[in-house]
Amino acid sequence: MAEEFEPNILGILCNWCTYAGADLAGTSRTQYPPNVRVIRIMCTGRLDPAFVLKALSVGADGVLVSGCHVGDCHYLAGNFKSRRRVALLRKLIEEYGYDRERLRMTFISASEGAIWAEVVQDMVNTIKKLGPNPLKQVGAAGAAGQVGVVADDEF
Amino acid sequence: MDEEKRIGVFICHCGTNIAGVIDVKELAEYAKTLPNVAHAQDYTYMCSTPGQAMIRDSIKEHNLNGTVVAACSPRLHEPTFRKATEEGGVNSFLFSMANIREQDTWVHMEEPEKAMEKAKDVVRMEVARASMLEPLTPKTVPVEKAALVIGAGIAGIQASLELADAGIKTYLVEKEPSIGGNMSRLDKTFPTLDCSQCILTPKMVDVERNPNIELMTYSEVEDVSGYIGNFDVTIRQKSRYVYEDKCNGCGKCQEVCPVSRPNEFDLGLMPRKAAYVPFPQAVPLKFTIDMDSCIKCDLCKGEEACGDLEAIDFDKPDELTTVKVGSIIVATGFDMYDVERKEEWGYKVFDNVVTGIEMERLISASGPTGGNIIRPSDGQKPKSVGFVLCAGSRDQDEEDGAKPYCSRVCCMYSLKHAHQLIEKIPGCVPYLFYMDIRSFGKAYEEFYYRIQNEGGKFIRGRVARITEDPITKNLTVTAEDTLLGTPVEMEVDLVVLANAVVPAESTQKLKTLLTLSNSPDGWLLEAHPKLNPMSTTTDGVFLAGMCQGPRDIPDVVAHAAAAAAAASIPIHKGSVTLEPIYAIVDQEHCGGCATCIGVCPYGATELNEVDSKLVASVNEAKCKGCGTCGSACPSGAIKMQHFTNEQIMSEIEAFAQGW
Repeated sequence: MAEEFEPNILGILCNWCTYAGADLAGTSRTQYPPNVRVIRIMCTGRLDPAFVLKALSVGADGVLVSGCHVGDCHYLAGNFKSRRRVALLRKLIEEYGYDRERLRMTFISASEGAIWAEVVQDMVNTIKKLGPNPLKQVGAAGAAGQVGVVADDEF
Repeated sequence: MDEEKRIGVFICHCGTNIAGVIDVKELAEYAKTLPNVAHAQDYTYMCSTPGQAMIRDSIKEHNLNGTVVAACSPRLHEPTFRKATEEGGVNSFLFSMANIREQDTWVHMEEPEKAMEKAKDVVRMEVARASMLEPLTPKTVPVEKAALVIGAGIAGIQASLELADAGIKTYLVEKEPSIGGNMSRLDKTFPTLDCSQCILTPKMVDVERNPNIELMTYSEVEDVSGYIGNFDVTIRQKSRYVYEDKCNGCGKCQEVCPVSRPNEFDLGLMPRKAAYVPFPQAVPLKFTIDMDSCIKCDLCKGEEACGDLEAIDFDKPDELTTVKVGSIIVATGFDMYDVERKEEWGYKVFDNVVTGIEMERLISASGPTGGNIIRPSDGQKPKSVGFVLCAGSRDQDEEDGAKPYCSRVCCMYSLKHAHQLIEKIPGCVPYLFYMDIRSFGKAYEEFYYRIQNEGGKFIRGRVARITEDPITKNLTVTAEDTLLGTPVEMEVDLVVLANAVVPAESTQKLKTLLTLSNSPDGWLLEAHPKLNPMSTTTDGVFLAGMCQGPRDIPDVVAHAAAAAAAASIPIHKGSVTLEPIYAIVDQEHCGGCATCIGVCPYGATELNEVDSKLVASVNEAKCKGCGTCGSACPSGAIKMQHFTNEQIMSEIEAFAQGW
């Protein structure tokens, strides 16, 4: 019997809002699916498009970027910049053959632990419908990290 | 890497918080198999003194040059373990934290196997990150020996007096013409029945007299830049059209002024002139001319009035002042819920429906009726008064803008009103329609008993509807008595709506200027709800009073004093240590495209000519470390320290080893 597909999702969260919100979900013991691994950055403005491309290229099934609500950025406007980048990236990854739903940006404040749990649940549902990262299917041949859609030499 | 990486991984049990869900021993064994890991061990409480000693000693014993602690959130204990790492002789920025509690064992308790898998992934990712970390040196900067307090209600007044008494120069900014805030509107305070003005006015006068306090009334904060220890604040002093140094408060301008308009201080229950002070005890006692209603008849300037004093000048402009302060306290208070939105209660439709704060003015000796409690419709003394508690509080009706939280003051001030009615109008019966009476403070419950004994009537049920008899103007209150399970209809002479307190509208602009957040209920968000309710996530900015959430006067005063103490710490210390998390430019690779200039929200990036080539540089003092420039730089010349591309990429690669 085939095991149910469990997506591997990378979360890239800003320190001040969503990371704190995700902590609050923990403090409140709000249960949600264990499919997300989190990288903490100070601000979603730090989101280099290469991070998203890298994650997909190494086989992540989805990338969830989340920061402060618009207007609430700890650094005034980092989330605005990230929002634009993500909008462009969603188009770009389509060019590479990824469904744009594999990349999502949300805005979750430090007090919205329950919303973080909902967002994760929803993202997991979405990715489950989309199935594994297509590279994973192709790339039984290549070990993770070897099948690159972008040159990552510069890193 | 020049030096071989030797990382120590320390797994915390956190009692059973972590160890009750996952096998910490197995996790430690797993950590040992990871690249660059020279040592791994687990312990019950890593943050305890022996736990920290374990980190310190292991660094020496195993010759470690990097540490990873897998425990709670870095937002909680990163400083603790950085310090332990530093004490072991390793740069504190060579430490990384794996969050396996808040974001793992607490949220995946029901799936321990998957929680274990996640813990392994998280530890692996942090070890990868730790392998790429670089030593950094925090910077120490001097602190300006002055503070700014925004808002001069009881919270701002208390905070300013505490700071000033501690020898700190304090700028107190208030948007209204007088200090005092909402407390100056109150008649008596519960449960002691102290006269509000009698206890507040001496403090207001102290503020004016204190040589360390520079009072700026009728002023607003226009701009804030800088960081803890070194804030530059621009304050707009709105023109009163009166020279404060010349005005002696004689009030002759007010006497001759022909204009009449509702006084905001009395919530429009009483008129004021265009030349006015909001209330007799105003501090400073300087007149203000309300230019929106002034007809420029010049009577106030005449010989009968201001005359030779020449204090009035219709052309006096606003003034902008810039001050430098080390810390800032926000004490901007609250607004009252617009209870007009609850149409079923008929506020502003029926004459005899008033709000709690209007009732305060009706009871106050300095109020519109000189302290005679009368019904607005006919000036008669009410013989029966209905109180609607939780008017807009504890109410999930979002459409009406009502608030789910408890406003914490309405039960008690309604009890106080009930007492005052019984005392002042013989035979008057107050009927309190309540959900629960929340008399939680010192001597509050006793006060509640007292009102019961004095003849206050309590009906447990929320008021569904209020209707008016068009002839008598009496009101019929309809509710369900939930204790008897019967509907109640009661005719009363007057209804008081104990309306909710809501976040102040004026706080919104400040929130953006100071990059503060709010909780879902709209109040400003504190750094920690229990352990740090007076600090914010912006270093050097503190909260005092109701701006952080509903509280009564004793709690506001305590909160304000706590904020003052916290705000004085960096000032008395004289210097603050800044995180070395700022961007640096590799000028060799910089193409001078100026992309980074456009994206920096702080103007910290600048373009200069070096060796006849335009290159960018980052002003460390201005940079706050968001990293936006680093991700925008097309040539990869900007390095965001502690969050470098290499560090983040290594985490992503480690993440990918999970399948």
